[in-house]
Amino acid sequence: MNAIPAPILMMENVTVDFDGFKALTDVSLNLTPGDLRILIGPNGAGKSTLCDTIIGRVRPTSGKIIFKDQVITNLPEQEIVRRGICRKFQTPGVLPTLTVFENLLVAGRKNRAWYRSFTTKTPPAETARAEEILTQIGLEDRRNIIAADLAHGEKQWLEIGMVVATDADLLLLDEPTAGMGPTDTQRTAQLILSLLGRHAVLVIDHDMSFVEALNGYVTVLHQGQILAEGTVAEIRADAQVTAVYLGRAEDAEPAHA
Amino acid sequence: MTFQKKYIFAAAAILFGALAPFIINPYELSLLGRFLALSILAMGIMLTWGEAGILSLGQGVFFGLGGYALAMHLKLEGLNLANGDMPDFMVWSGVSALPGFWYPFANPYFSLACVVIVPGAFAAAFSWLVFRRRVGGVYFALITQALALAFSTLLISQQAYTGGFNGLTDYSTMFGIDITTEYAARYIYWITFLFVVAVYFFLRWLLASRYGVMLRATRDGENRVRFLGHDPVPYKVVAFGIAGALAGIGGALFTLHAGVVSPALVGVVPSIEMVVWVAVGGRNILWGAIAGTLLVNFAKDQISSAFPSLWLYGLGALFILAVSFLPAGIAGLFRPGSGEERVMRRILSRRKLSTAE
Repeated sequence: MNAIPAPILMMENVTVDFDGFKALTDVSLNLTPGDLRILIGPNGAGKSTLCDTIIGRVRPTSGKIIFKDQVITNLPEQEIVRRGICRKFQTPGVLPTLTVFENLLVAGRKNRAWYRSFTTKTPPAETARAEEILTQIGLEDRRNIIAADLAHGEKQWLEIGMVVATDADLLLLDEPTAGMGPTDTQRTAQLILSLLGRHAVLVIDHDMSFVEALNGYVTVLHQGQILAEGTVAEIRADAQVTAVYLGRAEDAEPAHA
Repeated sequence: MTFQKKYIFAAAAILFGALAPFIINPYELSLLGRFLALSILAMGIMLTWGEAGILSLGQGVFFGLGGYALAMHLKLEGLNLANGDMPDFMVWSGVSALPGFWYPFANPYFSLACVVIVPGAFAAAFSWLVFRRRVGGVYFALITQALALAFSTLLISQQAYTGGFNGLTDYSTMFGIDITTEYAARYIYWITFLFVVAVYFFLRWLLASRYGVMLRATRDGENRVRFLGHDPVPYKVVAFGIAGALAGIGGALFTLHAGVVSPALVGVVPSIEMVVWVAVGGRNILWGAIAGTLLVNFAKDQISSAFPSLWLYGLGALFILAVSFLPAGIAGLFRPGSGEERVMRRILSRRKLSTAE
């Protein structure tokens, strides 16, 4: 392994206890700025809970989360976003009655103070950035249709675009390829790889072909604990991982946690 | 409707509205004036229910606050307070001196400011307390309904200070002008009409602004908005506050037209009726709120004078029909196939009253 630069996010011994059920036990995780991390694990391993904990939707029972050298463990959700962490949810969370472009503009608002919203003018820089992202996610020709009318894959890309539009330093993408065919999955992988450098990205997924296309550093979560870490090849070769995860994935098609 | 037809239709409506005093008879004019006053309130419901997804079953409270704020002044006009004069109903109730909180209302400008500020500020403060705790949807609707019940009960129980069940009635002048003449009625009508037009264009602008987009975003996915780093609460509070202020203005203008404000106009049933006007007219289209208010109220006037006991059933049936078959209201029929209309249909088919998540 290379020398690791100062991490952007550090989870230190995070435990989440839902009335006796330990969703996460003593999880420690460091993420590098601008880098990719892939989180895999069988259903119920705690992957989504881990995301929920980072963005403040679930509060850890013990342990702490440090982002850019500051503890964010108990900050309100919108404050965590403002510090630079944004998440894409598992089910597409686009805003259905807004147009594709409006979705990106809502996400990309720089000044989030409500009293600055009483204007019909959008700052040119925000419009330009939204146009840029629109091209990046490949939805130029869908600009003015409402998000509810997008195909499933397009909704996923739009939501990735929205998360990117917040200009967060850390993006959490929870199953970005859920419900996608092979072509769309490969396209999503290319999209995510194009984000690296500008953003650190944590991707949760089940689909091994997608994980191989991303070819990043993998963390395997099992029963709320970190089971293994390494490159895709190393994880492939790990007998323990194969036993709990890959083996099972071949028996049964992955259902989504 | 095509682009041009739309403007011709709008121009015709404004022209008719402005010239109505010369076209229709005084009785019809008085009805039209009242219903236009109510449509100001209805536009506020369109803002909160349609655009923000907040269903309030207590708009009568804010309507009443506006109506009573003006009526209190009207009851004091012409009285010599220094002399110990009091409104008639207080004398009958055996009140010995005018209660302190009535005094400032002797000033017409204070009263007019209260018409807007009291319901607006109360609505904003009340909704802030509720939304900040992330209470919404059906629970919010129930709380507002309880508020309407409490408000009308309070008004009735405090006979000596509020005129009780009969409310405040029998006014004669404002700014020293006799408001009971046919001539004055025309001016009151025009003032109402101006307010309707001004509020219409104000809300059009508001809904086209970034605020309007944020409000619809909050309606579509409050959590998504929160996890994009926005605080959804202020957007909803502002919408509810504006709706409260509009209800207050509507209430004051209605009081001028009708010559009375009473608990019967502000309680639970009238508050639900207000929602029905907007449901029938179209809750996502501004002119639909006005059209629905006029239509339902003229129908009520006709039906309840012919078959007084039938109206409430008619109202219920109307609501069920509107929600089941015309989710985008009458106005929705004029933009078939529009994206908004299709989505509203879809959303409404899933959660009938769309009281949000």
